[in-house]
Amino acid sequence: MAKPRAFDVTTLPGFTFIAILSFVLLYAPIVTLVVYSFNGGNSVNQWGGFSLEWYVVAFNNAAVQDATMRSLIIALWAAVISTSVATLAALGTTRRGKFKGQTVIYIIINQPLMVPEIVTAVALLIFFSSVKLATGYSGLGYLILAHSAFCIPFAYLPIRARLEGMDTAMETAAADLYATPLQTFRYVTLPLLLPGVIAGAMLAFIISLDNVVITEFVKSAGQDTLPTYMLGQLRRALTPEVNAISTTLLALTIFILIAFALVTKKRN
Amino acid sequence: MNTNVAVDAQNVGKIYGIGNSAVTALGDVSLSIQKGEFFTLLGPSGCGKTTLLRCIAGFETPTSGAIHLSGRDITHTPPNARPVNTVFQSYALFPHLTVAQNVGFGLKMLGKPADEVTKSVARVLALVKLEEFADRFPQQLSGGQQQRVALARALAPEPEVLLLDEPLSALDLKLRKEMQSELKRLQTETGITFIFVTHDQEEALTMSDRIGVMSRGALLQVGTPHEIYENPADRFVADFIGETNFLEGTVADGKVRIGTGDVLDVALKVQTGAVTLAIRPEQVSIVPTGSGIAAKITETTYMGTDTHYTLALDDGSDIVARVQSNTTQAHKVGDAVAIRIGTVQVLQS
Repeated sequence: MAKPRAFDVTTLPGFTFIAILSFVLLYAPIVTLVVYSFNGGNSVNQWGGFSLEWYVVAFNNAAVQDATMRSLIIALWAAVISTSVATLAALGTTRRGKFKGQTVIYIIINQPLMVPEIVTAVALLIFFSSVKLATGYSGLGYLILAHSAFCIPFAYLPIRARLEGMDTAMETAAADLYATPLQTFRYVTLPLLLPGVIAGAMLAFIISLDNVVITEFVKSAGQDTLPTYMLGQLRRALTPEVNAISTTLLALTIFILIAFALVTKKRN
Repeated sequence: MNTNVAVDAQNVGKIYGIGNSAVTALGDVSLSIQKGEFFTLLGPSGCGKTTLLRCIAGFETPTSGAIHLSGRDITHTPPNARPVNTVFQSYALFPHLTVAQNVGFGLKMLGKPADEVTKSVARVLALVKLEEFADRFPQQLSGGQQQRVALARALAPEPEVLLLDEPLSALDLKLRKEMQSELKRLQTETGITFIFVTHDQEEALTMSDRIGVMSRGALLQVGTPHEIYENPADRFVADFIGETNFLEGTVADGKVRIGTGDVLDVALKVQTGAVTLAIRPEQVSIVPTGSGIAAKITETTYMGTDTHYTLALDDGSDIVARVQSNTTQAHKVGDAVAIRIGTVQVLQS
């Protein structure tokens, strides 16, 4: 039965117009990008017939392959590390009594969402350069650590939401049925939390995958990820190859987001 | 210590918070529950009955006093180390486990071998008549079936004491009646001590061997349903268990004079001075004027088998009479009649 609505924005003047305008603003650039990825010509704004040639070019470009592999490795590690830390943080902030400084802890955990990214980037650059000097290590570890750090809040939020929505009576019942605290976590909390953990990991993966600013500052020579490689390309000749790479990245992101939605919805 | 005692609570108190914001959930409760007994903690919401249950289960630690289980001090034992299982009000079934896995959870945690767990699960599921649902998930069951799974899960590890926290409150009336007799049957068959928490006095009266009536964190009276109903210790108990009329009176010459000036010949023990008479509505009968205490009918409520009449006495006090419905002799509002009072409990005011 429909509830009578006291206030319904669809009845306001201009509702449809504003809605359509918003969608056009949001999607017109993306649609253009996708359309021109199939351009047969050399231009990103002059149509030269349908072709998949730029996809072929992109997929055969050794630099693109290299950067893609690096992006995936970093995103995978960052997702695993940040999700593990975020799970512990979420347990630590929800599975205990109220404590002093609870709000402060939330702010500290979510710090990467609030501190301007460029500040974090500069800070990491300076910090890691001294570590590099001291240790001599210049591998992917720095990028993985940096990505893990700013991915934590993105992984933390869905996991915490899941834990807060979970009835603690489950854990009480497990304890009542002779489960030790560790067994309770293993057999009750973790299985019930899993959709949240998967959702958090997927979100962290996407966030790491498209990061530019921090990567640009932290990476050593020859450590381009896909986004920083594309940024570099823009400084040279702009061809629909960038469109093709972007469209592929977009498709991957949409795929992960749909999976994310399915995972969070199914178990609820 | 008496070896027949299952649970012994000594001066158990529970205070939440500190300083000015402290709330006393349990005052100073002492209680002994016998082995194999169906014991009910009865009281309105917030009376501390669930807190006491949670202290026995180990989900709360009393701030004072001690709890013994079969003579062993368990006051500070964690819940997973107590041979006590709980049927939760919300059932708290594990949604990611099948019915069989839910029921076998306790035995699995106790480290029992898999074949033994399977056997016990089958036996307990048969006990609650849910054999064919073993491989379903809890969400696929009706409320009544989920209730049985919760019961089976708590019974499977064969606890010394089974705690039931208002387990029937989510069921509709018909199902609740069924489960009441089901619970009674299970308790007799298994011989396990049941501690049942409810705010439903009828439920308490029909199921229990003994009842403990609680109010505001205190245990007011412990006794058999018969004792509690017929011999309430105070006004709260009389009022909470069944319907009761209260009339103020004073003791004079071994009899009680009520507000209207009428004198009732009631059984007195040691009461003196001002007293309160607790009178069950079925003990009030309506008689023709002149043959009892004068009264006027102010309200009639037809309840099927019975009719409830509210009557005003001359001093302005009200009294409710419950009489068998009788169409030929039905009284109307405004009728002047008289009442006669049968058994009366005299409570010291």
